[in-house]
Amino acid sequence: MSIDPIVLRDATLSVGGRSLWSRLCLDIAPGEFVAVLGPNGAGKTSLLRVLLGLQRLSEGSVLVAGQEPRRGSPAVGYVPQQKGFDGDLGIRGRDLVALGAGGHRYGRPWARAAERQRVEAAIEAVGAGSFADNPIGRLSGGEQQRLRIAQALLGDPSVLLCDEPLLSLDLNHQRGVVELIDRRRRSADTAVVFVTHEINPVLPLVDRVLYLVGGRWAVGTPAEVMTGERLSDLYGTVIDVLRVRDRVIVVGAADSATCEPGGADHLHEHAQS
Amino acid sequence: MNDIGIYLQLPFAQHALIAATLIAVISGLVGPFVAARDMAFAVHGTAELAFAGAAAGLLVAGDAVAGALIGSLVVATAIGVLGDRPRERNSAIGVILAVGLGLGVLLLSYYHGFATAATNILFGQIFGVSTRDVVVLSVIAALVVVVMAVIFRPLLFASVDPEVAQARGVRVGLLGFVFVYVLALTVTEAAQVVGTLLVLSLAVTPAATARQLSANPLRVTAIAVGLALLAADGGLILSFAFDSVKPTVFVTFISFGGYALARAYRWLRRDGRILLA
Repeated sequence: MSIDPIVLRDATLSVGGRSLWSRLCLDIAPGEFVAVLGPNGAGKTSLLRVLLGLQRLSEGSVLVAGQEPRRGSPAVGYVPQQKGFDGDLGIRGRDLVALGAGGHRYGRPWARAAERQRVEAAIEAVGAGSFADNPIGRLSGGEQQRLRIAQALLGDPSVLLCDEPLLSLDLNHQRGVVELIDRRRRSADTAVVFVTHEINPVLPLVDRVLYLVGGRWAVGTPAEVMTGERLSDLYGTVIDVLRVRDRVIVVGAADSATCEPGGADHLHEHAQS
Repeated sequence: MNDIGIYLQLPFAQHALIAATLIAVISGLVGPFVAARDMAFAVHGTAELAFAGAAAGLLVAGDAVAGALIGSLVVATAIGVLGDRPRERNSAIGVILAVGLGLGVLLLSYYHGFATAATNILFGQIFGVSTRDVVVLSVIAALVVVVMAVIFRPLLFASVDPEVAQARGVRVGLLGFVFVYVLALTVTEAAQVVGTLLVLSLAVTPAATARQLSANPLRVTAIAVGLALLAADGGLILSFAFDSVKPTVFVTFISFGGYALARAYRWLRRDGRILLA
């Protein structure tokens, strides 16, 4: 039996004496999509940092692709949240992708031919060919995130770690990015860990939810975890979970504003206009 | 107008031309990273502190150049340690700059020799470049070129996308430190040619111009080196022709002229397309 791409056993992370989450046990199977939810400061991004090898567990153990996490592992792809680049930062979209292929290599300043081919193929695969030569600072958030996914998939990873990749994208671009990630995990059995404060854009894809709140956690399918009872227990206060058509709305959580899809979508549209 | 050919047979002019060329190459090379890392103030700070280092060198060993170079390494260490976070960096440089200049003035007041050697660094002394200076400069230029070539891609990664670079295994903090040292050496050498006060015209302006014209990192670097060469060598040769004007003046004007033209071009092409994609 082959080992799961991500194995967390009794994993505890404490920062400055405060435990972010403790005794976390989670095995993520190939091709599985796990959404990591929870309020700000619950340690969602820290979990990704542990899986990336940037932070060590305080207790317990973690294996990524069968090994201790280490920085720069080719088995791991990483998609960060969209950020603003300077309009005249001297790099193109294509160069951002290429940095994922050889940006860690010392030596000659230019990419090898084989590397350039891989970059080209990755850009085509995410449908970014038409804008890859534009300066990075002049791309929209959605275009930038497509290139991020191309960059993350270059090394043919068995694990894809995404940190709020949909933040500040409009609905159309959110859909496009989610589709790309879904296609990848189906075609290559890549396990996906998807940190988000907003489950609805990815709800149809989510196999399991990891919900982190104030040192406690819950794991299960969305139907199991996203219930008033489970979340009230987790938060230690009364939480209601509403289901409207195919959306889940959490009411009463500490940052419920960001969990309300209507409100969040409105903000996104506003930011784009 | 003078005959430039006659000048070029004179050793002082040849030394000046070699020095200007070497400094243009290394300034053009570090320039795009100065821009990407938003470190123009670090250039200005280390350049001014070359004066304090020169004063210390004069007092201790009677050698302004060696003092400036060793001083630049001290300054680089201070910037690297105090300003490791980009947001704090400019305040840290301001603090170091202020105390460094105060120290420079104090040291100079104890020096009873001819202080021109230190003040020369403020305005440049291109026609005073000795054979020894050329040798020192060649070694430093070779070092800067090799280091920049070797770290080019990881440094680019760390400069434009530090979070992902770190996740991909790039030593972001270490590279930042290395770059500050390379920058300090480059700026200190450039200060001797164009002067502390005008280093920016070789280390910042050509790269700013290049970024208006291209978004390909290698081309941006090539254009920045080319423009720095044009400004430094062109300015020097023009000053042979019109010897009432200091070369520094021509260097800064050529450098700025290129920038103004590039901005004008970008303004005319408001669709955002770039010339040399």
